[in-house]
Amino acid sequence: MNGFIAKGFGALAIGMMFLLGCGDSSNDSEDPASTVTEVSPGNLVIYSGRSEKLVGPIVNQFQEATGINVSVKYGKTGAIAATLLEEGTSSPADVFFAQDPGGLGAVANNGQLSPLSSTILDKVPAWAKSDKGLWVGLSGRARVVVYSTQNGVSPSDLPTSILDFTDPKWNGRIGWPPTNGSFQAMVTAMRVELGEAKTKEWLEGIQANNPKVYPKNTPTVAAAAAGEIDVGFVNHYYLHRFIAEEGEGFAARNHHLTSGGPGSLMMVAGAGILSTAKNKSNAEKFLNFMLSTVAQQYFTGSTYEYPVIEGVKANPLLTPIVDINKPKIDMASLEDLAGTQNLLRDVGILE
Amino acid sequence: MNLISLISSKRVGKPPIIILAPAIGIGLVMLLPLSYLIIRGMDASETTWELLLKPRTLVTLGRTALLMFTVTLTSVLISVPLAWLTTRTNLPLHRMWSVITVLPLVIPSFVGGYLFVSALGPRGLLQQALSPLGVDRLPEIYGLAGATLTLSLLSYPYVLLTIRGAVRNLDPALEESSRALGYGTFQTFVRVSLPQLRPAITAGSLLVALYTLSDFGAVSLMRYKTFTWVIFQQYESSLDRSLIALVSLMVAIIAISTVLIDIYTRGKLRYHSVGPGTARTPTKRNLGGWKWPALTLMTGIAMASIIVPASILWYWLVRGVSAGEPLSIILHDTWNSISVSMLAAVTTSILSIPLAIMIVRYPGRLASLIERVSYIGFALPGIVVAVSLVFFAANYAQPIYQTMWLLIFAYVILFFPTALGATRASLLQISPRLEEAARSLGYTSLKAVRSVTIPLAGPGVVMGGSIVFLITMKELPATMILGSLGFSTLATSVWSAASEAFFAQAALPALVLIAVSSVPMAVLVAREKGDFS
Repeated sequence: MNGFIAKGFGALAIGMMFLLGCGDSSNDSEDPASTVTEVSPGNLVIYSGRSEKLVGPIVNQFQEATGINVSVKYGKTGAIAATLLEEGTSSPADVFFAQDPGGLGAVANNGQLSPLSSTILDKVPAWAKSDKGLWVGLSGRARVVVYSTQNGVSPSDLPTSILDFTDPKWNGRIGWPPTNGSFQAMVTAMRVELGEAKTKEWLEGIQANNPKVYPKNTPTVAAAAAGEIDVGFVNHYYLHRFIAEEGEGFAARNHHLTSGGPGSLMMVAGAGILSTAKNKSNAEKFLNFMLSTVAQQYFTGSTYEYPVIEGVKANPLLTPIVDINKPKIDMASLEDLAGTQNLLRDVGILE
Repeated sequence: MNLISLISSKRVGKPPIIILAPAIGIGLVMLLPLSYLIIRGMDASETTWELLLKPRTLVTLGRTALLMFTVTLTSVLISVPLAWLTTRTNLPLHRMWSVITVLPLVIPSFVGGYLFVSALGPRGLLQQALSPLGVDRLPEIYGLAGATLTLSLLSYPYVLLTIRGAVRNLDPALEESSRALGYGTFQTFVRVSLPQLRPAITAGSLLVALYTLSDFGAVSLMRYKTFTWVIFQQYESSLDRSLIALVSLMVAIIAISTVLIDIYTRGKLRYHSVGPGTARTPTKRNLGGWKWPALTLMTGIAMASIIVPASILWYWLVRGVSAGEPLSIILHDTWNSISVSMLAAVTTSILSIPLAIMIVRYPGRLASLIERVSYIGFALPGIVVAVSLVFFAANYAQPIYQTMWLLIFAYVILFFPTALGATRASLLQISPRLEEAARSLGYTSLKAVRSVTIPLAGPGVVMGGSIVFLITMKELPATMILGSLGFSTLATSVWSAASEAFFAQAALPALVLIAVSSVPMAVLVAREKGDFS
């Protein structure tokens, strides 16, 4: 049986080679000029912690535009980062495209990302990239409060600072995803801005209001629309996905916390190049492409994210970036989540 | 007579090398994830240990054990009547029910948990349906109750399938004697058939308990914090590999202890008939007036575990498409899912035979040690096993890294016990005297095993393989981490879409997953029928 299959495959392979060979030679005879200068554009291996549904189309555009043969491994950012850590120097990956700075930080701290060239780094504002030049943000997502129109909550009922949700009037009305990387980044930002003591006070204040715990953003937004909670602390773009699926009747909306502070943090998804990359120049081409107007327009138009380069307008469905009073915090200071997790454990939010 | 057969049912002496070598090989392979965890655990700093050696860890242990118990008990209570009704009674449409009732096994738990929340949440679909009656809010399902319900409805088929594999080998003579002695149908079932099914029930229960230990999707959506929840929390954010390793080692210890409980309660009873004569085809009991309650039970379980979830998926699909969501063709994913699942099923069930023979025919320290170790991969969260194989393969076996071979290898480690349980349970019902007879007629012991034992154990082996097929169809972490570059299956596209709230695009592959998985089950059930008549 095995022998049969092996022979079958062998025959198939020889057949394919023959066919391809014929194809090539006929091309040659028809258009001899094309064979002279053509250099294969080569390969690129991307490990993506961002879902294929979000980034697949723009990766395909890159492949079509450059002719580079791109292969992608998709997974959760944490799982992909863990894979890279275990692969170490044997990793076949050229680019790590992550959902959040935390995943990039873990790989960078293991010495696996190489410094990016200034042509790439210069395109991205300082807040949206690694302070060591090891990775750049490619798109932005804002922290928001999603509120339930199902329960008749209106924006005028909502405070302008995340700190005010410790008021007892929010008892039993809040939902949050404390294990989520973006949520923990927000808490990290709070520690950076307000210090440990104030952050702990806020966490305890929210805990006292008996928040409902969700595993991640999507179920939190769904819970707001179902009226299970009045408000939830999430990233902005999931709401737009729900509206695209369920129409304008979806019973929740986003509220930006206009008085600034960690509640209006702008997070990035970003990418870096592995120090063991075999296709470094193609990897650089990829990052340059992701920072081009075309790709940035794709992100804001199709995935409802914010562009990170100058001169690209955010999707008109989104609150303009100038109206978001985002705190002056570098993404790089959010890489290390360990301290935040210790704090969350101390308060009894995490195990 | 009894005494003689009791002695001869356990063969003395060493197993032949053809049994011993593969069994030991399996044991060594199963040690791979464990040795990775020990390597990583040794890096643990003092603060990591401190984090672990807190009373909170005991609370998590208690919660984890409690959930394992409640889910297992619920699954057995669901499965026993279902198995009996679909195999031994004249239940109308019994073949359709046989297929439907095992399908919950293919629903990935992150989808299942989400569906149960949207159906049974405080303001979910059930509440909306009841709102004309003035029900404004349902009681919260989150916590132990919700986690038990979700995991039981998704994993009871482990017990159901193992029982079905064993029911077919039951000798009806015992039941007939029982009825001749005045027991009714129900009493005969409880006092005669059920005790004979004990190995199958415990084998299935063990799988449910360990599946509960490894699950993350359902417990996270139901907000019930088990050890796996702690592990995933690390993968979500700070990636402390030594902490992940230490918590995973605790999961492995719980798994081994659970298997020990099973091995000791399994006892030394004999489950094959000792008298002369072969088992005849059992007659089906007439349900009579009990037909309607039986149908109500079947419908209730099927509604809760598969019909309602599938209907919600269908609703997502229709809603999304009418809102203009694009759908992509998923033929390629379907083919990938079927081919890797078939390969995994065949490989795993064949590999389970030598160890099962060793456990049943040559019991001893070595056999039970390998058996215990073989359950570790199933009990660990899939992501931990996958990452451990990344460590070994990327660094020491580069040629097979990110190939289909490593992926199949991972599936064997993850799902081996599901095949082993079914194979072992069916071997237990075969009298070793049949092999002895074959040998007395001049067969070598190997030939006796091959020409007598394996054909008789066939239904159990096939059943084990079909369980592996069904759960490989929905496997996610190993497929994503170890699959070759660009490899995608139905399960990975469900995840890819669902994780970003593309519900319509998640629903299509999820529905195809369920539909495709029902085909081999239907074939299996149809074959069963052929055997009976």
